[in-house]
Amino acid sequence: MATVFVPAILRALVPVARVEVRGVTVGDVIDELEALYPGVAELLVNDDDIMPGVAVSINDQAGQMGLFEPVPEDAEVHFLPALSGG
Amino acid sequence: MTATERPPYKVIGTRPVRHDGVDKVTGRARYANDIDVPGHVTAKLLRSPHAHARIISIDTSKAESLPGVVAVLTAADLPEASAILREQTEGALVNLGLLSRNILAREKAWYRGHPVAAVAAVNGYIAEEALKLIDVQYEVLPPILDALEAMKPGAPVVIDELRTNVGSLFRGGGIRADDEEASHSNIATTFTMEIGDIANGFELADIILERDYHTTAAHQGYIEPQSSTAFWADHQLTVWTTTQGPFGVRDGLATMLKLPAGQVKVIPSEIGGGFGAKLQVGIELIAAGLSQKCGKPVKLTINRTDVFDSMGPASPAYVHLKMGVTNEGKITAADARLIFEAGAIPGSPVAGAANCMYAPYDIPNARVEGIDVVVNKPKTLSYRAPGAPSGAYAVEQMIDEFCETLDIDPIEFRLRNAAVNGTRRVNGVATANMDFITTLVVAKATDHWNTPLVGPNRGRGVAGGFWGNATGPASSIAGLMPDGRVSYIEGSVDVGGTRTTSAMQFAEGLGISSDMVRPSVTDTDSIGFTSNTGGSSVTFKQGWAAFEAANDLRRQLIERAAKIWKVEPGRVDYDSGVLTNLDDRGKKLTIAEIAARQNGTGGAIIGHASVVPGGVAGGFAVHIVDVEIDPETGKTEILRYTAVQDAGRAIHPSYVEGQMQGAVAQGVGWAINEEYVYSQDGRMENSSFLDYRMPTSLDLPPIDTVVVESPNPGHPYGVRGVGEAAFVPPLPAVANAMAHALGERMCTLPMSPRRVLEVLMKSSK
Repeated sequence: MATVFVPAILRALVPVARVEVRGVTVGDVIDELEALYPGVAELLVNDDDIMPGVAVSINDQAGQMGLFEPVPEDAEVHFLPALSGG
Repeated sequence: MTATERPPYKVIGTRPVRHDGVDKVTGRARYANDIDVPGHVTAKLLRSPHAHARIISIDTSKAESLPGVVAVLTAADLPEASAILREQTEGALVNLGLLSRNILAREKAWYRGHPVAAVAAVNGYIAEEALKLIDVQYEVLPPILDALEAMKPGAPVVIDELRTNVGSLFRGGGIRADDEEASHSNIATTFTMEIGDIANGFELADIILERDYHTTAAHQGYIEPQSSTAFWADHQLTVWTTTQGPFGVRDGLATMLKLPAGQVKVIPSEIGGGFGAKLQVGIELIAAGLSQKCGKPVKLTINRTDVFDSMGPASPAYVHLKMGVTNEGKITAADARLIFEAGAIPGSPVAGAANCMYAPYDIPNARVEGIDVVVNKPKTLSYRAPGAPSGAYAVEQMIDEFCETLDIDPIEFRLRNAAVNGTRRVNGVATANMDFITTLVVAKATDHWNTPLVGPNRGRGVAGGFWGNATGPASSIAGLMPDGRVSYIEGSVDVGGTRTTSAMQFAEGLGISSDMVRPSVTDTDSIGFTSNTGGSSVTFKQGWAAFEAANDLRRQLIERAAKIWKVEPGRVDYDSGVLTNLDDRGKKLTIAEIAARQNGTGGAIIGHASVVPGGVAGGFAVHIVDVEIDPETGKTEILRYTAVQDAGRAIHPSYVEGQMQGAVAQGVGWAINEEYVYSQDGRMENSSFLDYRMPTSLDLPPIDTVVVESPNPGHPYGVRGVGEAAFVPPLPAVANAMAHALGERMCTLPMSPRRVLEVLMKSSK
């Protein structure tokens, strides 16, 4: 089971700090979150991709493959603001 | 100096002459302003004289009738870009509706110097004359020039259409969708990150400090002003430009001009520095619009004053910080409110500051509130480790105060609180594959730290810093030339010597010397998508692509040798550019011998790679600086500076050292000299390098560097990223040194001679 750390923006929909979900990709994880807490996907997905401005961190690694990013068993999943450098 | 031993690489860790070095020192390298497309005309910009004004009308008829003028452009000539947020390369969030208005004003001028019209003419003199014939009627509005003022109720609203994103982690601010209502506010975004229990954390503290810090705007100091040439012909737009992100420029232009991306080709020139300021599409849009109107190539180059007046600096920031520690020197809690000026449109790097400011430390109870605010000044732009220096300026100074109060060695304090793998940062993510402790231990062992500083008016400061580094898609093509050399082509613009570090990683992978590789950067039609040169990402991601391209080329060499020898590929050994027939070890072929027989044995041998690598790891830096302050003039002299940094594997140590030294030079300038001086009506008063005082070589001592090599396990050669972590500690390191020299702490930049004298006069009363 992967553990999703629920950020502030999702707290109105997901009233817990962490959620354990199944899923082998980020897309699967979001689908399961949506099933548990309807409305989540609208905040995280846009045009079949991760919402612009959202970064997904899996075990402290920034995902590079959007909804197709693999999620290992027992992974930590964070949804964060995307950053750019200089 | 390197702190740890390297594995026995043949190329990595050596210091070859850079491939582009001779061209650059002899003037042969072609920068954007050197590019003269046959038949091109010259463009000039008409800029708003007001910092805040509604545009009532623009009459261009007289300018259009001036002989020699071939086109006049206003925003009305361009498609109106949607305000829906889009993601450009590297995760940068762009509201192209606002960005296009920032490039060429539509309904309002948002800052003094905001372009409102453009002219293309047969030469620049005629274009400038034509600008004088354009009649713009403005309704002048009161400007708002400071973030704190802009947040007050009743403040003039900069962007009528702005929609505030409250409580959002994700949005960069601006209009979410074209049909959403405006907020009538200058606050673009607010967000909060929090871990642990803040109230309980402060309960556990024996000492609590609370301070306000203010960092000011700083220019990136790139030597080359922006320059672009655009030619729109036969439904194809070709743009030659100086940029850190040609693919982002391509995609931005395509979207704003409502063209298929395949009809836009961007050719990046050599780049004379960027430091984050050349990441987004800008004047290319104006050159393209003019070219569409006149059918000729249009060249638009701005001057240094225009750069200061219209190309944004690093964001000014207000940081309110409260921290608590125990008497044993353990941090129990931290709470910060960050207010960042975005300039005319949303998008300051406040999230960068929030993510990085506590990252070197294990702080179990922490919170950051971030606020992005628009004002009537040019849109701020990235500048090395965007946002992080402002956060560090606060945290690292407050730690220094705790050390003084508790009489704890400042490096020892940092060791007691250092983040380790598994430490959860304020954004909730657990630290992985990073090593702050080794960097601190190495700093503590330096000759600098162990040499007492003596003498009056002198002080020593130390500070740490963190930058997460970045990755992204990258593409490479490696073609074997007839003499055995390799033409290595990549998509990453080379700002800091990365074509050589890519070539070195390619050479290491193929087991040949780096001078057998000829690296070059190509255009958006000629290679696969490659993300921006930013975020200290290129040596990491492009190195991955080079590694994979070398593997691909080696595989093909083995297959070609097997074909020549009529054996299975598994019966061919490859070592350092020599192939051996394992069934007859007397048979050998060099790369050059196979290269000469390419056409007769199956055609050209071309390796390629397109990667989207994970595995990126952040880096820490620790800086030590000694200063002496002249009590008569207030001038601060840097006596000695040592920069220690975990760079991961140093591919070309001279480049790593150069990145660290350059970052120190820029950081020292921001700390003690540099300042944007604005009049009350929003006019920048010091828009030249004569009046905007960046440090020169005469202002700085030799900067010692210590490269700590903790290889990143997520990269085939252990690369982390170098260019930005080194820019985080200079502000607080210099501030801490000055505090010890003065006996008073300064919390506002720049810590200039004038401000030093104010402190000295105040303390003498």
